[in-house]
Amino acid sequence: MFPERPSPWNRARALLQPPRLGRRRRREYLSFLAFVAPNFILLSVFTFWPLIYSFFLSFRKWNMIAPTKEFVGLSNYGKMIADSVYWQVSRNTLYLAGGAVFIKLVLALALALLLNQRLGGRAVYRAIIFSPTFTTSVAVAMVWSWIFDPFYGLLRVPLNLLGLASPRWLSDIRWTIPAIIIVTIWQGLGYDMVIFLAGLQSIPTDLYEAARVDGATGWRLFRNITFPLLSPTTFFLVITSTIGAMKAFDIVAVMTGGGPMNSSNVYVYYLYQNAFRWFKSGYASAMAVVLFLVILMITLVQVRLSRRWVHY
Amino acid sequence: MSERSASRLHSRVAWRRGLRNAGSHTLLVASSVVVGLPFLWMITTALKGSKEVYIFPPIWVPKVLRWDNFVTAWESAPFARFYLNSGIIAVSGVVLEVLIAALTAYAFARIEFPAREALFMIILAAMMIPGQLALIPNYVTLKQLGWINTYQGIVIPHVSSVFGAFFLRQAFLGISAELFDAAKIDGAGHLRALLSVALPIARPVLATLTLYLFIAKWNAYLWPLIVTNTQNMRPLPIGLFMLRHAEYQIGPEHLMAASLFVLAPVLVVFFLAQKQLIDSIASGAIKG
Repeated sequence: MFPERPSPWNRARALLQPPRLGRRRRREYLSFLAFVAPNFILLSVFTFWPLIYSFFLSFRKWNMIAPTKEFVGLSNYGKMIADSVYWQVSRNTLYLAGGAVFIKLVLALALALLLNQRLGGRAVYRAIIFSPTFTTSVAVAMVWSWIFDPFYGLLRVPLNLLGLASPRWLSDIRWTIPAIIIVTIWQGLGYDMVIFLAGLQSIPTDLYEAARVDGATGWRLFRNITFPLLSPTTFFLVITSTIGAMKAFDIVAVMTGGGPMNSSNVYVYYLYQNAFRWFKSGYASAMAVVLFLVILMITLVQVRLSRRWVHY
Repeated sequence: MSERSASRLHSRVAWRRGLRNAGSHTLLVASSVVVGLPFLWMITTALKGSKEVYIFPPIWVPKVLRWDNFVTAWESAPFARFYLNSGIIAVSGVVLEVLIAALTAYAFARIEFPAREALFMIILAAMMIPGQLALIPNYVTLKQLGWINTYQGIVIPHVSSVFGAFFLRQAFLGISAELFDAAKIDGAGHLRALLSVALPIARPVLATLTLYLFIAKWNAYLWPLIVTNTQNMRPLPIGLFMLRHAEYQIGPEHLMAASLFVLAPVLVVFFLAQKQLIDSIASGAIKG
């Protein structure tokens, strides 16, 4: 008999064939696949595929019913640049994000500093201030709509005490976004406070003791120790709150429906209107892609900066 | 320092601390009142008569507590059906998502697989994709599946797990390997090890995750709004929203009563478990 010649074919096959797995190991691999399969399938279908499909649709014109999706190149993106409502909505979103995030963080930090002392009843204060966090936005928006009522609303009381008339919060184009900012702050304050509190408690106390020995008190302690050491927390909250405000929808939808005259319309609500009211799925997809890219950029900046910027 | 001046100094320090504490308490009480008032306002309005609602300055205690407002609100829309829908959606969604999270977390913590860490990064990458981007594509997918206006259409697109998988995995990694080895010697497979070793030990994390997911699913608005198109499929938040645009005349007192129907379950869950929920947020285990 001839010994089997190592033909190129055989050699290639030997290379391609994975090393034979032990029975036990193969069973491990199979269990792994079985365990992770549901999550991977769902993520692929409902999270990763939408990313691809949104990019695809953003270059098409499609009313969500017609059998064909006409290729229109970059025209949806071009329309966005020319669409004055798009810019108004983006400005409103920035206004909402800026106003809500800044005021909310200042208040949350102040409350966290108050709670970061040895005080009785801390847990009660914490629970009450935190309680709006998990509430149903639709119900909350209903209540606030009534609080904002310019004639019989609760908010008219303190305004009258100050000698001011109540603005028509939800029908005056100058006051709609401030009204939404107020509700956003109310609902998000407790979460930020709890995160700040955790940040404060992670600052080593011997730093304060050392500074006190050097004669530093109050404001100087805050400026030179608390605030710099808290910067990673502050930064994290600025980023997550900004992204959260960019995704605002529920409260706008219920309180104002974006009106009057788009004065309170925000990015995601306008996206929703385009997609599910006017069936401009291509245009809405282009908006979604831009939103995704902006959030992605903010997140990447956060990752880069927080690596460099953490004070320890 | 003489004993007397020392005690005087001490009393002065104590006095100043007392003053500061009083100041802190005042500010905290004021903040708590401001934050809590909308809830009180909602409750008292829900109990007012239809004329009392329109009194300014507002009264806090209605002359007669109008419990019948709740009945009127309940009957003004199919709230029983909304409750049923919300219950089915939230409970099935939580069960599925927790199950999926646990399976994923266990696999990535305890089962060997090549390039396991890289695969886990793929899951984490899903966090970068905002849900708003997925609205149209998922609607199209659901249409093809024939799932528009169905429970599975509301539930299934949102039961994949990233955060839950991540935090359960952390918890599972913290369990000593000996416990798993002991289970293996007893002949337990991975599924048994997950159910009888990993999950019972990670129970606090599991409980927090369950509560948190329940609240999130109960409150969900945008997705159910898009996928449902008949009244009998709507969960509570959508039903409540539609109520405001109902043809029949409904007063603020009825809207507040209806809002309480929607809020009550999450407020109860929150106050029963507030310490656990807040602590887990403080430790970074949950994103708001």
